[in-house]
Amino acid sequence: MAHVIDDETIDYVGILAKLELDGEEKEKAKKDMAQMLDYVDMLNELDTDSVEPMTHVFPVNNVFREDVVTNGDGSEEALANAPEKKENQYVVPKTFV
Amino acid sequence: MSLMNLTAVELGRKIRAKEVSVQEAAQASLESIDAKEDRLHSFITRIDRKKVLARADEVQKKIDAGELTGPLAGVPVAIKDNMNTKGVLTSAASHILDNFVPRFSATAVERLEQAGAVVVGKTNMDEFAMGSTTETSYFGPTANPFDTARVPGGSSGGSAAAVSGAEVPYALGSDTGGSIRQPCAYCGATGIKPTYGTVSRYGLIAYGSSLDQIGPIAKDVSDCAAILETIAAPDEKDSTSVARDSYAFTKSLTQGVKGLKIGIPRDYFGDGLDPEVRQKVLAAADVLKSEGAIVEEFDLSLVQYAIPAYYLIACAEASSNLERFDGVKYGYRTKDYEELHQMYKKTRSEGFGPEVRRRIMLGSFVLSSGYYDAYYLKALRTKALIKAAFDKAFARYDVILGPVAPTTAPKMNSSLSDPLKMYLSDVYTVSVNLCCLPGLSLPCGLASDGMPVGLQLIGDCFREDNLFRAAYAYEQARGPIMSPFAREEAEK
Repeated sequence: MAHVIDDETIDYVGILAKLELDGEEKEKAKKDMAQMLDYVDMLNELDTDSVEPMTHVFPVNNVFREDVVTNGDGSEEALANAPEKKENQYVVPKTFV
Repeated sequence: MSLMNLTAVELGRKIRAKEVSVQEAAQASLESIDAKEDRLHSFITRIDRKKVLARADEVQKKIDAGELTGPLAGVPVAIKDNMNTKGVLTSAASHILDNFVPRFSATAVERLEQAGAVVVGKTNMDEFAMGSTTETSYFGPTANPFDTARVPGGSSGGSAAAVSGAEVPYALGSDTGGSIRQPCAYCGATGIKPTYGTVSRYGLIAYGSSLDQIGPIAKDVSDCAAILETIAAPDEKDSTSVARDSYAFTKSLTQGVKGLKIGIPRDYFGDGLDPEVRQKVLAAADVLKSEGAIVEEFDLSLVQYAIPAYYLIACAEASSNLERFDGVKYGYRTKDYEELHQMYKKTRSEGFGPEVRRRIMLGSFVLSSGYYDAYYLKALRTKALIKAAFDKAFARYDVILGPVAPTTAPKMNSSLSDPLKMYLSDVYTVSVNLCCLPGLSLPCGLASDGMPVGLQLIGDCFREDNLFRAAYAYEQARGPIMSPFAREEAEK
């Protein structure tokens, strides 16, 4: 089955991926994604109805530790790479318009 | 001969025997880098000479005081630029992190430094490790030391080129779908992707968290064993790290291959494999047979399904992992914006390159409601089938032997125009990551174009010992392989 990605789908992907796509790039993204989906459709040749999805190869267990602070106050270091900061906080543009 | 033609273990031995000082070793690396970087461009960041020499001095004092006695004490090293290094730019070869200076080091880097390693720089790579050629780097491509018109492979192309070009004795790489093994194959270097969980991922900039592993890229098998022994350990900062029963990799090297059962999957030698690669890899199998291994062909099955399953899982995990790059906490922020969401979108669209954007979009799509079951869960079910096929193989064999890549290194500018074709070249490497298996890559000769061919040895989980046995035995029979850049270093 040949996939066709419409404008609505690629716009939705843009929202999920937090990416801005301009005209030309959007067309390329639609084509790229359709091509990849056509390719991965190969997996439908496999009957996996009775197979559990394998999230982990090894058995995983919760790793607990005592709730004790060992690394001290790292706020200054955490903020050191911030593009914009003020009074020990990250600065972001207004969130309500 | 230059000090940079020695293996890490040989150089470490000379340093401990006081035949060479740590400063001399560091100088030799810095000089080699100076002489070759114009042509190779293995590095994104070269650490300031004074800082390197001061660090060398510090290590020398600790060696003299008897505090540092390990095989890597005083030996220079290069680190792939997706591993955090405290106080040193760590960009993952991306515009979005091109001003990021970490406040802590990755556990693997820390363990090397505790063992007396002298870090000389950060190596080039595909952006966020997404690519097979190192051409998606924001900082431009790296050249292959065997032929500068060709790519070094990827994503750890800078690390492999730096080692193959004798700029450093060894380097760290990371491997999500072949990113250590394939550049080693293309550059004639030796590297291992350990069993998942063997090396802590703390401080490694995540691509596909269920697939990523850090590992050594070196000149020979003995170095790989010594480096892995140094960096492998459980880490409370990585809940997926594993406490293994054994870390004694060096001990396995000389155990020989008598009676070792090696399986050759027929499905790894079908269409698409270059005839010369096929011939070199099978010749290596013959060598192991003559050394006493039991070599048989078998059908692994499901080989063609590994790439679609891998790309769905890797892109899904990447889309989630790369959410954190939003222009708020670190890295690049777009210049013009009015509100928060516009700032996010512009920052990410300007900060990520095309291949990274492509994978984030595919990953976001396959995780979205309505498509999650059809794509993401389907890929996880396929992974279970592939793992079962390997389990069946490892019930009969100790080692699976095959090629690393279908061809030798391609020419520059020949891969990125067709991403799907580039993905297909990962056919022999990705299932190792899906199944958490260890995979070792070492050169098995030169093709008629003068380019190295890579041999891949795959073991069952936690059975690196079998890989080291086979790889070392083969390497002893093969003899050394040197790039023109390494010969230039030897003759200077």
